Amino acid sequence: MVETGKSEPQKIIARNFSFSYGSQPALKGITLHVCTNEIFTVIGPSRSGKTTFLKCLNRMNDAIANTSKSGELLLDGRSVFDKDVDVAELRRRLGMVFAVPVALPKSIYNNLALGPRMRGILRKKRLDEIVERSLKAAYLWEEVKDRLHTSARNLSGGQQQRLCLARAMALEPEVLLLDEPCSGLDPVSTRKIEEALLELKNRYTIILVTNITAQAARVGDRTAFFLMGELIECDATETIFTHPSNERTADYLTGKFG
Amino acid sequence: MSLTKDRLVSPILFAIACFSIAALFVIGLFIFVEGLPIMIKVGVWKFIGSTDWSPLEGKFGILAMIAGSLAVAAGTLVVAVPFGVGCAIYLSEFASKRAVTLIKPAVELLFAIPSVVYGFVGVLFIVPFVREYLGGAGHGFCILTASFVLGIRVLPVIVGISVDALQAVPKVYRDGSLALGATKWQTTTMVTLRAARSGILAGVILGMASVIGETMAVIMVIGNAVVMPNSPLDSVRTLTSNIALEMGYAEGDHRQALFATGVVLFIITMILNTLTRYVTRSRVGKKK
Amino acid sequence: MRRLNPKKAELIAKGVLLLFAGTAVLALVAIVGYVVVKGIGVINLEFLFGRPRSMGREGGILPFIISSIYLTAISLLVSIPLGLCSAIYLTEYTTEGWATRAIRFGVDCLAGVPSIVLGLFGFMFFVKLLNFSWSILSGSLTVSLMILPFIIRSSEEAIRAVPQSYREVAFATGGTKWQSVTRVVLPCALPGIMTGIVLAIGKCVGETASVIFTAGTSLRIPGSIFDSGRTLAIHFYLLVRETGASDMAYGSAATLLISILIVNFFAYWLMRRFIARVS
Repeated sequence: MVETGKSEPQKIIARNFSFSYGSQPALKGITLHVCTNEIFTVIGPSRSGKTTFLKCLNRMNDAIANTSKSGELLLDGRSVFDKDVDVAELRRRLGMVFAVPVALPKSIYNNLALGPRMRGILRKKRLDEIVERSLKAAYLWEEVKDRLHTSARNLSGGQQQRLCLARAMALEPEVLLLDEPCSGLDPVSTRKIEEALLELKNRYTIILVTNITAQAARVGDRTAFFLMGELIECDATETIFTHPSNERTADYLTGKFG
Repeated sequence: MSLTKDRLVSPILFAIACFSIAALFVIGLFIFVEGLPIMIKVGVWKFIGSTDWSPLEGKFGILAMIAGSLAVAAGTLVVAVPFGVGCAIYLSEFASKRAVTLIKPAVELLFAIPSVVYGFVGVLFIVPFVREYLGGAGHGFCILTASFVLGIRVLPVIVGISVDALQAVPKVYRDGSLALGATKWQTTTMVTLRAARSGILAGVILGMASVIGETMAVIMVIGNAVVMPNSPLDSVRTLTSNIALEMGYAEGDHRQALFATGVVLFIITMILNTLTRYVTRSRVGKKK
Repeated sequence: MRRLNPKKAELIAKGVLLLFAGTAVLALVAIVGYVVVKGIGVINLEFLFGRPRSMGREGGILPFIISSIYLTAISLLVSIPLGLCSAIYLTEYTTEGWATRAIRFGVDCLAGVPSIVLGLFGFMFFVKLLNFSWSILSGSLTVSLMILPFIIRSSEEAIRAVPQSYREVAFATGGTKWQSVTRVVLPCALPGIMTGIVLAIGKCVGETASVIFTAGTSLRIPGSIFDSGRTLAIHFYLLVRETGASDMAYGSAATLLISILIVNFFAYWLMRRFIARVS
């Protein structure tokens, strides 16, 4: 459970964080940190707690009854579970993209404007700016700029996922939480998203959960390997992939299980 | 700011949601308050048990009306249950998709037709038919006629709930039976219907409650004589038609007696509704 | 008894069932067809927009159409906010517990109250106690009790049909619960909710038993909601009672049925749009 990293500002810190759904433990004593402006990839087989970890960060798990947790999760040094944390504001700072692209049955424009509007931004000019900026950052602007007011449901799968990415960015977050964003997408769309991420890390801190280990190798600065709720290893991506210190990491990466 | 507003929403919505129970309670209260005194004055058992309804002489016995309502309900069920369950089976198990898009809306539309129109058509066609070919003391205005008319009116209730019940049966039950070599019909009768039977029963009870609550269609075709039903061709009066016919000119004790009739109606439908829930809940229990 | 060959039995069964289903459709076509065919000849502009003569036995049905519209509008005005809020509460703001079960019980029982009993209540409460007298107001308040459970149920269904993932998006985008309801769930469920409302219109138009003792039978066009007014359904009932199968009766019935048919077809169209949205 050793983790090393560059000595840069630590955006997110987990200290011995555990989480259970009822009596089922999902995360056991996770300790790691995520640096600002890096792409932090989380790999591991299914049911390892990767998605749970993301959902604890932006407190999407609040809605689930009968859960218990211990340890700390800090964003910029402050616990996300603090009493006077505005959850809505927290979720704005940690923009999330789900595994399955969910385009709301609204126009492309309104899908993107939803977040800002809920924050209280109502001036059309400002909303226009935000929409254009987010779509450009997600590499989707050119493809949809002429049909912003048509239904978002008409977009292809890859386009919808980039829309979801743009929607997260329309919140002007600090961190992007991406949960297997390329699952089910064709290689071209996957590449487009990965290119976007490499560009975006200059502005955001990105945590990318992925089932595709090759993807972690392609874009991750640092990588964490989760297995059955435990953090097995966390290090620079190159180190993890070329000479991992834990045998289980090596086994997973070489496909002995997973 | 938005958080405080959000916290206010829940209790406000709760208060509004309670309106239904509150309304139900108030309705029950008023009907009881108006109707109970006369029931006590005449004597509850006498009220329910006597067939002598002579308002002008101060005699209020509604047994004949209760019997009338029950007779109509029974007759309607005899017509509507085979008809309705049959339609439901067809829609759920045998009909092609195109047929469903034709038949389902048609059945739902049957429910949208106002009951006064049903009564009208009943008077125009079924009454003379019964009078011509079956005779009877009611001259066509009788339980049988009402059963036909209401049978069609209440069909959508039974079809709707039965289709839901049949659709709720897991596909694996049917697949299992078919894999054993049974025909579709055998599967339906021996497996699917049996699994859906409590849902269908709920539909039937609900249909019965619906019939007992029917007023306008019944009034026009049933003859409204205050007698105990002896044969389906007799003219009778139901609890609902009793109220509707006499409320216009009733005063004092008479009016209160009509409210008391309303009390009895209220209680009967309340019991039937509770029974429906009980039947469906035990099904949910069994499934788990 | 000789056992029927199962394949044969199935064929016979299918035939019988098809007969049943076909009879249902036939019954609908026959009833609607007959009334509309017989009545449509009576319907013309003079009929629809004219005033009644000789106590409603001749002339036009304008006041009745207006009364029906008035009554329906006010009933909807009362029951839609109440019903929608109840539905939102039951689906979005609670988990299943004794409170929700009690509320649902209340709604189901209210749905089961016979319309004539509601009419009695309306008479006692609105006409007499609150002193609204026989009026559109009394009538519509009574009818709103009639359609409230229906609106709650159909709105609940529409809201439940909205995929959970939509709500999650709303939350992940920084929305509060109320915002997720108003900005995502309701707009998505709207056609489904509208369908319920449109069908409720059909019910209001056809209501008789709960209206006859509360809204009165005046032949005049109601000037305000405190005036009495005879709805088209009531007029039809009284016509049949007094004049039997007269032309006016057919005409009124046809008008009733045609309006209800239009309303229902509109509801179907809305429903198709809703299904397209959430799938």
